[in-house]
Amino acid sequence: MAATYQIAVIGDWESVMGFRALGLDAYPVTSVEEARETVHRLAKSNCAVIYLTETLGKDMEDVLARYKDELTPAIILIPGREGAFGLGRDHIQKAIERAVGADIL
Amino acid sequence: MANITVTPTRMELTRLKGKLKTARRGHKLLKDKRDGLMKQFLETVREVRSLRTEVEEELMTVHKSFTVASALMSSEALEQALVYPKQSVELTMSSRNIMSVNVPVYHFQTKTKSDSDIYPYGFAATSGELDTAVDALGHVFQKMLKLAEIEKSAQLMAEEIEKTRRRVNALEYVVIPDTEETIRYITMKLDENDRATTTRLMKVKDMLLKEAIEDRREEDARAVKAFGASEEAHQEV
Repeated sequence: MAATYQIAVIGDWESVMGFRALGLDAYPVTSVEEARETVHRLAKSNCAVIYLTETLGKDMEDVLARYKDELTPAIILIPGREGAFGLGRDHIQKAIERAVGADIL
Repeated sequence: MANITVTPTRMELTRLKGKLKTARRGHKLLKDKRDGLMKQFLETVREVRSLRTEVEEELMTVHKSFTVASALMSSEALEQALVYPKQSVELTMSSRNIMSVNVPVYHFQTKTKSDSDIYPYGFAATSGELDTAVDALGHVFQKMLKLAEIEKSAQLMAEEIEKTRRRVNALEYVVIPDTEETIRYITMKLDENDRATTTRLMKVKDMLLKEAIEDRREEDARAVKAFGASEEAHQEV
């Protein structure tokens, strides 16, 4: 468990370039298809956390669902340059509904 | 309806009683697990919500600073400034066990020790807004990592709760009532057999008694006859 993992950031160029300064692996992509491929490729490598912009995430529900129940990678939605759509919040809500069987909070 | 194809024997009854006991125990344990997980889960979710709000807000200010920076600098210059990172982050991961759910715990180590030494560019050619943005990003990053950790935990826990909930319900509404029903069926069948045996025994006893009475009667009749004959003989004498 002492292996080191990567932290990746996927999004449009303007949203991710800042993370490169922090030493994270930034993957600027231009299309959803490209993002999808990048996520799959990263999931196979030693990538523990993937930050994905909501702009891309909203068209990639299938990919998010695919990795939801696995320990790695954790795909976390972050607001892109265009702002937050509340998509990340929706995902927590969905997790609650899934666990409780009803919307309680 | 319970499974009625069982053979109504005492052995089967004992086996089913054992099964029911195990099912009840399992049900109780799983219910406790579900409740415990749920408690943890709701706590985590609450944390995730507040942290997410913070992170989103801070990231928006970061993006704003970046936008300003990119307006003040040419995009080539900006890319050039950021293309080679000075800072590097090493992430190690261990896992923690919450009620049999393995959740990740991240530890990260930055290469440069000081927080103020993260700018990968010279200050001469870049705008001050970029410094602000990178600085703010450095701060928000720690929160982002924490967010990743607890959000992933919440997702994994949600999955486990769902599974446990299904198991609890299956035991509560299917396995336990079915087993009870089958036990009742076997008990009744066995009781019925008991009663049938008693009745049969009574009947047999009745028949034996009848036969004995019949025998005795015949014997008596014969005795009377014999007696009558001897009386006649006596009178004749």
